[in-house]
Amino acid sequence: MTTPALQTPALQTFGLRKSFGALVVANDIEFRLEPGARHALIGPNGAGKTTFINLITGRLTPSSGRILLGGEDITELSQAQRVKRGLGRTFQINTLFKGLSVLENVSLAVGEREGQAGNMFRLAGSNRAVIEEAYGLLQRLRIADDALLPVKELPYGKQRLVEIAIALGLKPSVLLLDEPAAGVPSAETSIILDIIEQLPGDIAVLIIEHDMDLVFRFARKITVLVQGGILVEGPPTEIARDARVREVYLGERHHV
Amino acid sequence: MFDWLPSSAKIPPVDRVVRSHYLRPVELVPWVLAVGAYFAFDSYLPLGSQILIMILFALSVDLVMGYAGIVTLGQAAFFGVGAYTAGIYAVHVTGEPLSGLVLGGLAAALVGFVSGLVILRTHGLTLLMLTLAVASLLQEAANKASFITGGADGLQGMSIDPILGLFRFDLFGKTAYLYCLVVLFLVWVFARLLVHSPFGQTLTGIRENVTRMHAIGSPVRRRLLTIYTIAAGLAGIAGALLAQTTQFVGLTVLTFERSGEIVIMLVFGGIGRLYGAFVGAAFYMIAQDQLAKIDPIFWNFWIGLLLVLIVMFARGGILGLLDQAWRMLRRRR
Repeated sequence: MTTPALQTPALQTFGLRKSFGALVVANDIEFRLEPGARHALIGPNGAGKTTFINLITGRLTPSSGRILLGGEDITELSQAQRVKRGLGRTFQINTLFKGLSVLENVSLAVGEREGQAGNMFRLAGSNRAVIEEAYGLLQRLRIADDALLPVKELPYGKQRLVEIAIALGLKPSVLLLDEPAAGVPSAETSIILDIIEQLPGDIAVLIIEHDMDLVFRFARKITVLVQGGILVEGPPTEIARDARVREVYLGERHHV
Repeated sequence: MFDWLPSSAKIPPVDRVVRSHYLRPVELVPWVLAVGAYFAFDSYLPLGSQILIMILFALSVDLVMGYAGIVTLGQAAFFGVGAYTAGIYAVHVTGEPLSGLVLGGLAAALVGFVSGLVILRTHGLTLLMLTLAVASLLQEAANKASFITGGADGLQGMSIDPILGLFRFDLFGKTAYLYCLVVLFLVWVFARLLVHSPFGQTLTGIRENVTRMHAIGSPVRRRLLTIYTIAAGLAGIAGALLAQTTQFVGLTVLTFERSGEIVIMLVFGGIGRLYGAFVGAAFYMIAQDQLAKIDPIFWNFWIGLLLVLIVMFARGGILGLLDQAWRMLRRRR
């Protein structure tokens, strides 16, 4: 294995910028996600974290700058094309197929990845492998008991796991987790953290999260985003000690 | 949802999903009824043909609206294109019905594809208005082009040859009924496979959550354009059937009333269920026929009242009600 500095980053942005008129929501972001990374993106509300994710995934078009996935420029590609190249994401607010069963939710993602999804002339169940793979994922995430329940009948915490299961069904090389524990009662947060910690090591994971316990337990590197720009970047211990981070992120009351 | 079904409790989830796409015996009931009706109500066969044509038309609306979630009030555009194409073909080229039917479907599919390229870039109200606009444009075009369409007088002088040179269209509508039935059956085989195919599943996904479909790498717009084109073609076939069996095409095939009425039929039956088209169209056409006899002046009022009741108390339509009743029965046991 080569030294980290020589490795092609799993994901990289150069001067990524997005502005709505005079409002700059992403300010020339230079970002690097290493292969197999466990990287957290933190910052106060409105810092532009979700905007950053939406730029990377193609939901938003950048005003300027480039995005590289595994060394390949994906700036001009559609959302779907980026997904096909290994970019997976979850949503801060559950974005699921509510009327479909849990198993069908994940099967859709697996089928789409396998390129089976455009087929009109065979029954959807005729490719068992797709559904079996989806079911295997549910078992790994310990929601297999609810496989046949419509997603809308699931408690919110379990719906968060379906979010992750769908993303994993895409077998991504880069996984963007947008506040996976948002809206989950604190008693159940540990279940989600367990799942995230058990993610395959070859997936580069970027997590946005407000829950600092989760961030510091999970991340080996933290990027702090403030007002659309990167304030500071480094290992968790450094970030925890950084005076600027304390000021903007933790607020004035921490000044004694 | 499935927990209380003791008989199937032991079937593993993967098999349950696989089997959920298999053909169930109850899905053959419409065909038994349709064949039975041929013998039981032989004096009602012309109405029967109309019902079969409306089922086919409603089926096309269900594919775009019930499955893909594209809300349209302009499906008559494709019905009309199919009807006029088959009609003009019969007047000017040949009275051979099968080629006219195919041509009507293809012409409508082409119009669906081209208009879909524009319409499907929009969402919500804009999309709805554009579907309406396409139908209005075509209606006005058909009105102005009276040298070929007959304009407000309608297209006359069609004569349809026997099907395959063997089955002559008769005065009692027997051939017409069986012709419509066979065409509808073939379309159903196709549509049944379609909605239960992986492609059909992704349409449901787009309806349920389009944002997520983008995020799992689905080419959403291409899928929507595909189903919009297919459904337009099926509506065109329905229109062509009407033209051939009545040997007349009027401007009413393109009206907003026709687009709206077919949606109402689908709502009556239950949208997004494939068989809602069958139940809704049959119910609507028979109710209309009977109500017009009982109350020739106000029958429309009763249809409206029924619609209000269905929309308020049975969002799943008649089939939705049957579903609920069935579940309550199972639960009580």
